[in-house]
Amino acid sequence: MNKIASLLAALALSVGVQFNALAVDSTAPDALVKSVTDDVITIVRQDKAIQSGDTRKAVELVETRVLPYFDFAHMTRLAVGKDWKQASPEQKTVLTQEFKTLLVRTYSNALTQYRNQQIDFKPLKAKPEDTDVVVRTEVRQPGAKAVQIDYNLEKLADGWKVYDVLVAGVSLVTNYRDDFGKEVRTGGIDGLIKSLKDKNKQLDTTVSAKK
Amino acid sequence: MNNSEPATRSMPTRLATLGMALALTACAGAGGHPRDPLEPLNRATFAFNETADKYVMRPVAQVYDYVPLPFKVGVGNFFGNLGDIWIGVNNLLQGKFVDGLSDGGRVLVNSTVGMFGLFDIATELGLEKHDEDLGQTLGSWGVSEGPYIVLPLLGPSTLRDSAGLIGDLQVDPVWQFNEVAVRNSLTGLRFVHRRAALLGADTTADQAALDKYGYMRSFYLQYRLNQVYDGQPPRVKDPDDE
Repeated sequence: MNKIASLLAALALSVGVQFNALAVDSTAPDALVKSVTDDVITIVRQDKAIQSGDTRKAVELVETRVLPYFDFAHMTRLAVGKDWKQASPEQKTVLTQEFKTLLVRTYSNALTQYRNQQIDFKPLKAKPEDTDVVVRTEVRQPGAKAVQIDYNLEKLADGWKVYDVLVAGVSLVTNYRDDFGKEVRTGGIDGLIKSLKDKNKQLDTTVSAKK
Repeated sequence: MNNSEPATRSMPTRLATLGMALALTACAGAGGHPRDPLEPLNRATFAFNETADKYVMRPVAQVYDYVPLPFKVGVGNFFGNLGDIWIGVNNLLQGKFVDGLSDGGRVLVNSTVGMFGLFDIATELGLEKHDEDLGQTLGSWGVSEGPYIVLPLLGPSTLRDSAGLIGDLQVDPVWQFNEVAVRNSLTGLRFVHRRAALLGADTTADQAALDKYGYMRSFYLQYRLNQVYDGQPPRVKDPDDE
């Protein structure tokens, strides 16, 4: 009896997972960006803690609601550039992990700055067979020119994933390339890993100091 | 005569030596950034700007930030309206006649119905605000950026954009006020207003960067390229993206 129950549970789970994967897969890239953005904004609007600068809560929100739609391996590869080839698989894993931590820490903070700006979604210019698209949005705020935010997405087996975000034309990913290249030239891939780890540790202490 | 001869000879020699030295510095930075031959000088200026910002500009901007939002919006609109005239001229210079006319329309509407520019009625009427300057116009004409330059207090620029900035300032409406007190007050207010608009975003760079100087350089160069192409720079497949 027990066995059958657990089997059924496993079956239900796997169907559920498959169903989820299918649901994600069929979402168009622009619809995906819009639904994630709307989702996050709705939460931030209601969350007084995030509005008053609680970075930890903002990080939590980003980790659960945003990260599943990002391809950090691709982002890290882009940020490291030509030196990526000389990294071992282990180094690639660590680099990806540390870069992810850095990006999440840094830009989760941006959520605490959100003050009812309006976000416009531009019509998607892509063919149905495209596997690499740009979703263009604009953040409008009173008394200033709108800020352009573009998301680069790539179609993978488990759905569309964001691999670059451009704010006013500045890639938050490739903007690191000079920086990372310099680290690799002076200390190799391990030097870059160390610098990233140190940076994350330092951010960790400032976050806890603020609390 | 005899005395002047070594002088005339030594001048070009000295210049040549200086040129060689600069060229060597540029090459010596085998790791150096190809668009930043003046990096040591730029880094020094950058450090100076960071200190000035930390102890003067940022604290002043923080105080200014306490004024109520409607006032700040009014200030932003007022300077925005003054800026729209030159933005329109630059759009015309770039051959974007519809945008240029629209900017002219903005100035007409905002200077009258918008109470000397305090209210941005034009945006509500659907006349979108643009962002142009002489540096962008030069860029759209094909003038390359030249070396990256960090200007004292003003921050990141390039040779092209610095030249553009000199032109921008010649026709800057704020600088046309004859009364020195008015001119200086307006210049100061505009500077503080612009700095205050960056509060919040400025700490992001501190957090994001391993080396803030390099991060800001990369940021500026990408940002200006995007502006020259009005938000649609050519999308090239990254050679390092396999």
